[in-house]
Amino acid sequence: MKLKYLSAPYILWMTLFVVAPVVIVAVYAFSNAQGGFTFDNFSKMGDYVSVFSRSFLLAGISTVICIIIGYPIAYILSKERTYLQRILIMLIMLPMWMNFLLRTYAWMSILENTGLLNRFLSLLGLPTVAIINTPGAIVIGMVYNFLPFMILPIYSVIVKIDRSLIEAAQDLGAGTVTVFRRVIFPLSLPGVFSGVTMVFVPAVSTFVISQLLGGGANMLLGDLIEMQFLGAAYNPHLGSAIALVMMVIVMICMWLMNKFGAGGEEAVML
Amino acid sequence: MKRRPRIGSRVFLGLIYLFLYAPIFIMIVFSFNSSKSRSVWSGFTFEWYAELFQDSTIMSSVSTTIAVSVLAALVATVAGTFAAIGFYNMRRRTSSPFLAINNIPVMNADIVTGVSLCLLFVSLGSILKYQLGFGTLLIAHITFNIPYVILSVLPKLRQMDKNLVDAAMDLGCTWFQAFYKVIIPEIMPGIINGMMIAFTMSIDDFVISYFTAGSKVQTLSMTIYAMTRKRISPKINAVSTLLFLFILMLLVIINVRQIRQEEREKKLKSK
Repeated sequence: MKLKYLSAPYILWMTLFVVAPVVIVAVYAFSNAQGGFTFDNFSKMGDYVSVFSRSFLLAGISTVICIIIGYPIAYILSKERTYLQRILIMLIMLPMWMNFLLRTYAWMSILENTGLLNRFLSLLGLPTVAIINTPGAIVIGMVYNFLPFMILPIYSVIVKIDRSLIEAAQDLGAGTVTVFRRVIFPLSLPGVFSGVTMVFVPAVSTFVISQLLGGGANMLLGDLIEMQFLGAAYNPHLGSAIALVMMVIVMICMWLMNKFGAGGEEAVML
Repeated sequence: MKRRPRIGSRVFLGLIYLFLYAPIFIMIVFSFNSSKSRSVWSGFTFEWYAELFQDSTIMSSVSTTIAVSVLAALVATVAGTFAAIGFYNMRRRTSSPFLAINNIPVMNADIVTGVSLCLLFVSLGSILKYQLGFGTLLIAHITFNIPYVILSVLPKLRQMDKNLVDAAMDLGCTWFQAFYKVIIPEIMPGIINGMMIAFTMSIDDFVISYFTAGSKVQTLSMTIYAMTRKRISPKINAVSTLLFLFILMLLVIINVRQIRQEEREKKLKSK
């Protein structure tokens, strides 16, 4: 069969534009400006421990908030009437299609010190709050931008749950809470796992949200990488080393998720 | 009997939709604000829309974005479909490492993909005497689009009855005829779906473009980023409003078509 050779052009393309760039990043990460082999770039990362921990902390908090808000929403949506479900899901997807820079920018005008939120608060006679340029503002921006990525996979797993399983549990005497705890929740875990990766990876690597909502003071990993390539601190070797570390972390996350996700799929099939 | 959500969950749902839509609504309102303030209303105007269409930077970045998205989506759809058919016809053991590599751009953070392509283009460019620009931007977009096309075409191939191709060839089709008369029509929904995903990914991308476009070419996202960094202009709100209306229209059209198609299928089945 000759059909398998149809993939040859893409394999060539992939080698050049997917594999080669990763190799180049690795080479840059292990070399210095003179081209010699070195581990310096990795030891230099010790200076940025605070950036690493802040990135992981804020992305982690955002992911947890997305689960806490997103799971109930997905569950409620799955119980609505079919035609209403379609409209509501479309409304969840709609902001996702809008440029995320614009969405983040909108939050800037809400959270500013003289922004709409504070005007609203002082109108009610309440004390104003200083949120902009704090880690809190970054978390709000992350949750706002990535919440749909949590809701949609959980929703799509919950609606696919076999109704006869729920009915069987009810026939065997399980109440609403037990049905949820013993049937729906375990079966929806693969959706939660894919939601977690879809929120955590972009959140931990963002540099736009932290620049617009966090001011200059709350630097994240994305900012650090961007600075090394296009910013004032030009040092692609260090930037590559951080990017490489990030790639490895993402791969480990994915591997863990796949392991649990695949286990979940087996449960669905059983 | 399915129980409908109670009042409490309706209120929660309403609050979350408010959270999702309040910023967009505010942007739309302030795109008609006659002063430059982002929080004080001082009268109605169309001024920012008029200025928007006269702003040559924004207009040229809109055309760059459309050109890149359309070209990248088309190339990626053709290349991705061919690649998917190729992978499908390989032995699993041969195709699985390729599919793993195919997943790299999907899984990786955008910034890592952007940075790695940037390094490749810069190091190749110094040899080939070629600078970052529209060409590298297009290559980058094609590269991150193809995986999505493959991921949407492959399941359709797996659903296809394998005997169809064999039957066609037994009846005297050449492999090329089997390809475009049997396989392509069978997987068409996957191809269309992949093309739409590719197109929206391209339109929406900022990070990868930012690292691969160089300083001479700008996509709309890059222009917006530059605008948010320096002076703040209500023109951004006007851009957002127009984009929002465009996307809303697109989604409504797609959904109406889908509902009609489903109704047609229901009718066919009931006959």
